[in-house]
Amino acid sequence: MKIIRFFLTKCSGDRYIAMSYFFQIVISGVVVGSIYALAALGLVLVYKSSRVANFAHGQIIAAGAFITYALTVWASIPVYISFVLSMLITFCLAWSVERIFLRRLIGEPIISVIMVTIGLASILDGLIYLTPFGTENFSFPSFFPQEPIMVGGVSISWTQLVGVIITFILIGGFSWFFKKSTVGISMRAVSDDQFASMSVGISVPGVFGLAWATAGLSAAAAGCIIGNITGLNFDTLHSFGIVVFPVVILGGLDSILGAVVAGIIMGLIQQFAGGYIDGNWGLNGTGEVLPYIILLIILLIKPHGLFGIHEIERV
Amino acid sequence: MDISDAQLNESSPFNERAKLQENILEVNNIEVVYNDIVQVLRGVSLHVAKGTIVALLGTNGAGKTTALRAISGLLKPENGAIKEGYIKFLGKDITNKLGTEIVRHGAVMVPEGRRVFKHLTVSENIKVGSITRRDGSEKINDDYQLMYRHFPRLANITNRMAGYSSGGEQQMIAIARALMAAPEMLMLDEPSLGLAPLLVKEIFDNIVQINRVVGTTILVVEQNAKIALEIADYAYIMESGRIVLEGAAEDLKNNPDVKEFYLGVTKGGGRKSFKDIKSYKRRKRWM
Repeated sequence: MKIIRFFLTKCSGDRYIAMSYFFQIVISGVVVGSIYALAALGLVLVYKSSRVANFAHGQIIAAGAFITYALTVWASIPVYISFVLSMLITFCLAWSVERIFLRRLIGEPIISVIMVTIGLASILDGLIYLTPFGTENFSFPSFFPQEPIMVGGVSISWTQLVGVIITFILIGGFSWFFKKSTVGISMRAVSDDQFASMSVGISVPGVFGLAWATAGLSAAAAGCIIGNITGLNFDTLHSFGIVVFPVVILGGLDSILGAVVAGIIMGLIQQFAGGYIDGNWGLNGTGEVLPYIILLIILLIKPHGLFGIHEIERV
Repeated sequence: MDISDAQLNESSPFNERAKLQENILEVNNIEVVYNDIVQVLRGVSLHVAKGTIVALLGTNGAGKTTALRAISGLLKPENGAIKEGYIKFLGKDITNKLGTEIVRHGAVMVPEGRRVFKHLTVSENIKVGSITRRDGSEKINDDYQLMYRHFPRLANITNRMAGYSSGGEQQMIAIARALMAAPEMLMLDEPSLGLAPLLVKEIFDNIVQINRVVGTTILVVEQNAKIALEIADYAYIMESGRIVLEGAAEDLKNNPDVKEFYLGVTKGGGRKSFKDIKSYKRRKRWM
């Protein structure tokens, strides 16, 4: 913020407006990007431990948002509590999904597990269409002051600011968990070598369950924050599960740091394309296309993604 | 019926030995079948006395690894199961139990080919071995420090990715990882595999040291009969899924058959060249 103010004081007139426009785009790029990162986190967690791409992730994101809405508005629980509650509920929900549908598929080819997640997405779709959320649009009541925070000519809404802060706290928490705690390390160990994990007494099914559950937890948080910013529309929310795939691939599929960096890169590209290219030279909608073009170029240079692990081969 | 069974068992040589020493592990007549059709172990019985080093020797495909996996509850991934017999560890029946439970009971296996977690650092590899422990972080941390005293080589590479360390270091990591579970019995599957003779010596010295200092019982599976018999107190020799010979390591070392087949020494005492045993081997294969 200070840096922005510093730069803005240096400028005047047209340049002032141009600069504040630039920073506005940077800010919204970071906001959008960090939400991408949080939404991508769940995919990374599941992929990391079990090498499965979860196509039902978007549905879990939507479910998390709807549960928060139902708790806050219909059961009138304070939003702080309902936010945490919905994360816990989705934690249990995702864990039972793993327990019921995927546990028996351990040891089967990964493609069958992926097909099951696609089926799961349809089932969750069907279930959500049975509730009012499937067809109607809702929006969260505003929890924070309406007027945005203004720094020079740059504005950021309270909702966005709080969303970004929560995102970074969660991502930091997850990184710490995987780096330092024995359970977190054991989850990485399972992704490395399942047989060796079993030999030291790690329960591989337990780790898969935990991976799904934590993915559910992060999905609920993501859904909640997205829902607060964009409103609760089922189509928008569940398409997030697919939109973040390029982010995950760019980050390297199994790296949390990769998801964060890739998320912010994607967010920035999208906002810059929307803010500077669209409307000029007869171009429109570049914000939707450009991220994919950049994704392709980066993958040409780094096929494992930005932070993907290379197989270590020793003979 | 019960009484006569008991009397029958009373007189068996196993039980006489069992009376002398307290057995930590008792494998009784187990048969292991893969995919419900391939029988690999045909009535294997072995006993490991507390605090000793026991070697399980044999050639390729004799069923040594299967026996070890049966004890450590790791047959499931290969679709195998114990169909007959039972395994008792510390007095509890662990037949067909899950690997996690068996580690909790205190029996940990170091898998063949080391199998370190390649993308985890050395210290993470070692730390993760304590996953089943519930006795507080202080004790675990003490044990963690102890590992670097057992394997001083590892102290210099704690932050290196385990996949980039040498074969000998990887074997040490794998042993340290298993020891972090504070096991009563450590099982090692071919610790000498693919290592230079000097390193093999170092690893086996480490194993003896762990047995002497920590008091961990050790069951080691080896093809390298020579070095295994040097450190073992008692040994079993397996062939085609059966135990064909057993005895104190000293006795086996002097057994003429063992000398000829496993130690490469003829009756005359000289080393036998490959040329001389070739015909025998070829005949054997056609049988």
